Amino acid sequence: MMRRTIPLFITAFVGSILVIAYFIPHPPFDQLREDFSIFFDIIAAVAFILGGGNLIRMHGNRVSRREKGYGYSLVTVIGFALVLVIGLTKMGNPDGFRNSSVTAAGSYFDLAYQYVFRPCAATMFALLAFYVASASFRAFRAKNVEASILLLVAFIILVGRTFVGAWLTAWLPPSLDFLTIPYLADKIMTVLNFAGNRAIMIGIALGIVSTSLKVIIGIDRSYLGSG
Amino acid sequence: MPSTAPRPAGRSGRGRRRGAPPGRPALLLAALCLLLAAPAPGQEVPPLPADPPAEAARPQPPAPPPPPPAEVRAADTPSDSGRSVTVRWSPPAEPAGAGGPLLGFRIERATGADGPFAAVGQAPPGAVRYDDTGVDNGVAYYYRVVATRLDAETASAVAGPAIPRPQWINTNQWNVFLILALLLGFNLYFIEHIKAGGKPFIRKIAGLEAVTEAVGRATEMGRPILFVPGIQDMNDIQTVAGVTILGYIARTTAEYDSRLTVPTSRALVMTTARETVKEAYLSAGRPDSYDESSIYYITDEQFGYVAGVNGYMVRERPATCFYMGAFYAESLILAETGNSIGAIQVAGTAQPAQLPFFVAACDYTLIGEELFAASAYLSGEPKQLGSIKGQDVGKLLGMVSIVIGVTVLSLALVTGWEPLRRAAEFVREFWSTELA
Repeated sequence: MMRRTIPLFITAFVGSILVIAYFIPHPPFDQLREDFSIFFDIIAAVAFILGGGNLIRMHGNRVSRREKGYGYSLVTVIGFALVLVIGLTKMGNPDGFRNSSVTAAGSYFDLAYQYVFRPCAATMFALLAFYVASASFRAFRAKNVEASILLLVAFIILVGRTFVGAWLTAWLPPSLDFLTIPYLADKIMTVLNFAGNRAIMIGIALGIVSTSLKVIIGIDRSYLGSG
Repeated sequence: MPSTAPRPAGRSGRGRRRGAPPGRPALLLAALCLLLAAPAPGQEVPPLPADPPAEAARPQPPAPPPPPPAEVRAADTPSDSGRSVTVRWSPPAEPAGAGGPLLGFRIERATGADGPFAAVGQAPPGAVRYDDTGVDNGVAYYYRVVATRLDAETASAVAGPAIPRPQWINTNQWNVFLILALLLGFNLYFIEHIKAGGKPFIRKIAGLEAVTEAVGRATEMGRPILFVPGIQDMNDIQTVAGVTILGYIARTTAEYDSRLTVPTSRALVMTTARETVKEAYLSAGRPDSYDESSIYYITDEQFGYVAGVNGYMVRERPATCFYMGAFYAESLILAETGNSIGAIQVAGTAQPAQLPFFVAACDYTLIGEELFAASAYLSGEPKQLGSIKGQDVGKLLGMVSIVIGVTVLSLALVTGWEPLRRAAEFVREFWSTELA
């Protein structure tokens, strides 16, 4: 009983205070949003210890049990330990241990970040280009009328955003400028796409307000695992 | 006897070419002219006639100073937490003036009407307002605005006193308060209405209808179910919405006795998800099936997290993948990997930029508001369904406002009637969160 009542009470109290604070600029309400944000950061930082501990425990168990794919876990554990040690000891820091930043240029931590982490992250991000190509290939197949319209619009946008669009329709007289591909692409983006986007945004805003109200007044308790 | 006289040019048909050196008679004539013009010894050389004086060099009367800013008012900034004074002035009648364009305005402040004034800020030309936020509550301040030009400046009359104070009510947000109150009222009304036996029409959401089917498929195939709650923390409402859906999916998974895996990119999400899933397994009567280790933290780093989840997907090949929460560039990487392993995929996010990716790569997508409606939809509780209806009425209100605003503004533009323009402006401002 208490396991649910106390979280519900905290949620209702903090949520209500923050909603009220939005309309009351007088101290102490003016600082509440920032204060609660700081509280959240503190809790998240403490929770990170929990997360890191869980990571080591889970992958450590896999390695010790030689489970399938334990090599990946081994890399994770070694990487975690290595970065933790060189970060905490400020290894290789040109300014020494005291009065220097962990991320100082030239430190081992910085080297690990610059030459290991960043290239790996960039590699993952670069994969996106291939995924965009494969998803586009699948999405733009003209299977029916709607898909054909989508394909046509996508073609106009893609071509209109490059020099080819202007080049293809450069022969049109100025009185027919509204038929040039760059013009069409621009109008599709700023009128049709924008209108659709706004409709989604309005729905999202109302959804956020509605969900927040449900959580604050305790109607929605699903996040506590109860219906 | 041959003649020695020079042949006049042009007569022989071979006249001197243009640009050729002058002939001897011409040189002699030029030398004679120079001799006649040269002064005799001792004679004073008359001054050469001077060039007409340049306009800039001509002594000019000093340009009049720029006109001072008129009607300077200083008052406590309304609807704020104090420590701010708003200074307003009317733009000069001739901003350019005779002496060139204005550089801007310098705002000066003093604690007495007689000064001494010290500069506290600058405003560009054309500005008519400055908020001085470097003041203390309860102290009287006096202001003057100095119009500055390159060569001159003019101070306005002193305005004040203005005493900054914090206010209890933010009247600038009256419209937000009204909208919030209306939404709350609609929600409560429909909750009560449905509790009293009213039967609301809720349209089918295909993505949520497919949850049971997707979990069942994973059970039949003997493969796990993957749930990705986005990459934001628990302070993001999308993550909260995602975790509420996780509760329902976990209950279904417990009933089907299937395996559920939830990798998270935030430690707080991990702990919340664990509690949610644990409670769901308890409520399904299968607490023994709950495996805490299946909900684990990977990393806060966006692409590190994606690499971890993708690795899991490729190795374990889950039959069903759910993506519910806040996603960014990783959305397509995750969804395409899931597609490549043949998983049924259901996604939901309120990130408009990621929606096309999910639509292209997933079987079902909850678009924006559907993500927030999912919890109520899945629970089927009257209280929660009422909130969906309240949300719908809010949307209706927005739609009516848009139609009215567009109509009124169009009529105002066509007729040029000022009251119509003001009415359109009112509708626009009603939905704006930044009223001045």
